[in-house]
Amino acid sequence: MSTTTYGWLVLAFPLAGMLATGLGFRVLPGRSAGWLGTLAIFLSFLAAIGALLSLQHHGPEHRQLVSSLWNYASTAGIDAQLSILVDPLSVFMILTVTGVSTLIHLYSISYMEGDEGFVRYFSYLNFFVFSMLLLVLAGNFLLLIVGWAFVGAASYLLISFWYRRTTATRAGIKAFVINVVGDVGLVLGTYFIFKHTHTLDLLRSFHAAGAGAFGHGSNAAATGDGDLTAGCILLLVGAFAKSAQIPLHTWLPDAMEGPTPVSSLIHAATMVTAGVYLIARMHPLFELAPAARDVGAIVGALTLFVAGTIGLAQTDIKRVIAYSTMSQIGYMIMGVSVGAYAAGLFHLMTHAFFKALLFMAAGSIIGAMGGEQSLNRMGGFRRAMPFTYGCFIIGGLALSGIPPFSGFFSKDEILLVTGEEGGWHWALYVIGYIGAFLTAIYTFRMIFRAFHGEPVPEARELEAGHLHHAEHPSNPATGELEDTGVGFPGPIHAIAERALPMRIAMGLLALGAVGAGLVQIPKVDFVIDDFLRPSFAGSKLYEPHTKNGLLAFGLILGTVIGLAGIALAYRVWVARPGTAESIRNRVRPLYELFVNKWYFDELIDALVVRPVALAGDFARDVFERRVIDETIVGGTTGIVRAGSAAVRAVQSGFVRYYAALLLVGVAGTGFYFLLQS
Amino acid sequence: MSIGWYLAVSAIVFSLGAFGVITRRNPLVLLLCLELMLNGGNLALIAFSRMWGNGDGQILALIVMTVAACEVCIGLGMIVAIHRRRLPVDVDELRELQG
Repeated sequence: MSTTTYGWLVLAFPLAGMLATGLGFRVLPGRSAGWLGTLAIFLSFLAAIGALLSLQHHGPEHRQLVSSLWNYASTAGIDAQLSILVDPLSVFMILTVTGVSTLIHLYSISYMEGDEGFVRYFSYLNFFVFSMLLLVLAGNFLLLIVGWAFVGAASYLLISFWYRRTTATRAGIKAFVINVVGDVGLVLGTYFIFKHTHTLDLLRSFHAAGAGAFGHGSNAAATGDGDLTAGCILLLVGAFAKSAQIPLHTWLPDAMEGPTPVSSLIHAATMVTAGVYLIARMHPLFELAPAARDVGAIVGALTLFVAGTIGLAQTDIKRVIAYSTMSQIGYMIMGVSVGAYAAGLFHLMTHAFFKALLFMAAGSIIGAMGGEQSLNRMGGFRRAMPFTYGCFIIGGLALSGIPPFSGFFSKDEILLVTGEEGGWHWALYVIGYIGAFLTAIYTFRMIFRAFHGEPVPEARELEAGHLHHAEHPSNPATGELEDTGVGFPGPIHAIAERALPMRIAMGLLALGAVGAGLVQIPKVDFVIDDFLRPSFAGSKLYEPHTKNGLLAFGLILGTVIGLAGIALAYRVWVARPGTAESIRNRVRPLYELFVNKWYFDELIDALVVRPVALAGDFARDVFERRVIDETIVGGTTGIVRAGSAAVRAVQSGFVRYYAALLLVGVAGTGFYFLLQS
Repeated sequence: MSIGWYLAVSAIVFSLGAFGVITRRNPLVLLLCLELMLNGGNLALIAFSRMWGNGDGQILALIVMTVAACEVCIGLGMIVAIHRRRLPVDVDELRELQG
């Protein structure tokens, strides 16, 4: 089978899975919908492997293959086919997406058991995987935008999955609205680029850009280059909204209202990486617009620092991991913006493994707590949940960048390339290592608080062999009482120690988190670099000139910072239990800033939400009521009413009056004709 | 005799009838004045017939008289009906058909 046929199969299986589960929701018994959904994604994964193997049969120059099914939109000026682009970059992404998705589907079979919306869940999840694969495989801007919009819709559907919870629906709306802001940026950016390249096809667009569609150097048409920079910055707006970078990040912590496997898949491993993919895919355009790349690098660095500080103060375990995701994606965005494409994408892959693992483990401990998510109520689960503890440790070590775990190699490569850029990029280099220090601290703060110390009652129950269940299920955020019917979580809570599918999924991800780094050890092997090179063939930035001194310095610094962070976390939260309290009291303003998430929600509320609401009130009270209702509509009807009142006065009912009018009219007509002749 | 005299007489009769229709309040007198107007018209028709020397005007005058007769039947019938219902026999009072 040709490579592109494999590409179409990768798309077809999740679509078929979605339709089968979605349409057959009444007839599918028990948990079969879960197995069906998992099978669909697993077949997609096999097709992705098929695509990988058959792609390698082609010579390196011929590894960018496009295949079209039919004309999608052909009108004046636009000729868009339904086409996919199968090249090393997209194969890399589809392998990561389908691989991690299969494991998350497997995990979900146990996690979502007993939920009344079980079948709907798997239908939505398959829809999401289909959309993400469409986004990644799209061969032209139009399909990319379609996939982009679909993943936003899937994210909304899954965040508000437990739709009877007001907090969940509100979070879904918030995510969707912010995503739409990104969509606007994406579409406008596409327009600016299309204006000069006159094609929506990705490869042809890049070719046109390279051939000077935007003007060359000194005799560039002033608008050409400006348009390219504007277009790239607008594309960045789209990337920032999808990848939760500042200032469009406020939806991600709220998105934790969705079920934990959803957080694991969408808001850690795949959807939020779409922005990174976008920048990497559009690299020929970004390399011609250095201003846009600088914006990306600065925003990435800013996000990784701010998110790291917020993670130090959060008490909801899922939100700590969410801010961690935001921070790590900041690394990736910074990486692909400075030209470290292979490093950034490699970090994407390793991050998918260990972050999905962390979320799965978080789901396990939340299950043990009977749905409670607050770190303040957790403690001492080490003896009760050894497997979950082990997964947390592995994920945490990978996240903190400790060798030989995967996170170490990928993160340090990004920072290495950033440092090599020189100039003001040294500031980003320093921020990157400060962020790494913060990462280690908040990750192990979470682990030590949940698993060390005195076991809480739920942990003691579990040690005795009984899984805790809350008598009155309630919303973990607000404490409102719920039931376990449709639209709310089901009555069954699953933990990894008791559910085999969960253990298999987490185990495989743990292996990935440990071993994935071995494919790209600096100076030893370059599997990812070599594999991705054909996608970045025209790039001037792809081959970093590695200064060995900086490399060695970076590796050692990374290890030392990671270990120092873990040691500090141990001292504050395990060795001397009161330290956290005293530190908090000494730096209270700083603590308040972190706990309130740097007041971004309040800022957006004041800058955007209030003015829009005021504009709406003005439109309703003044414009709609005074101008339209009273003046335009009221005025018109008033004129008509007055006119008709005047005319009605003629019909008085007096016969003599009518007769008089008749005579006057006849006389008038007669005189007129007399005078005329 | 020039035709102008006859037309003048016709005009005077017609105007008197018209003045009566506008001014009088009793529907019976109104009908009377209406008849005057019709007859004024008839006079003009006959005069023109004499002028052109053919019988067209005379035939039309006969038709007008027939129509006038029918109309008077109905009008008188209505006035009798109004009187029987004890309504005021006054065109100024009878104005329910107003807009």
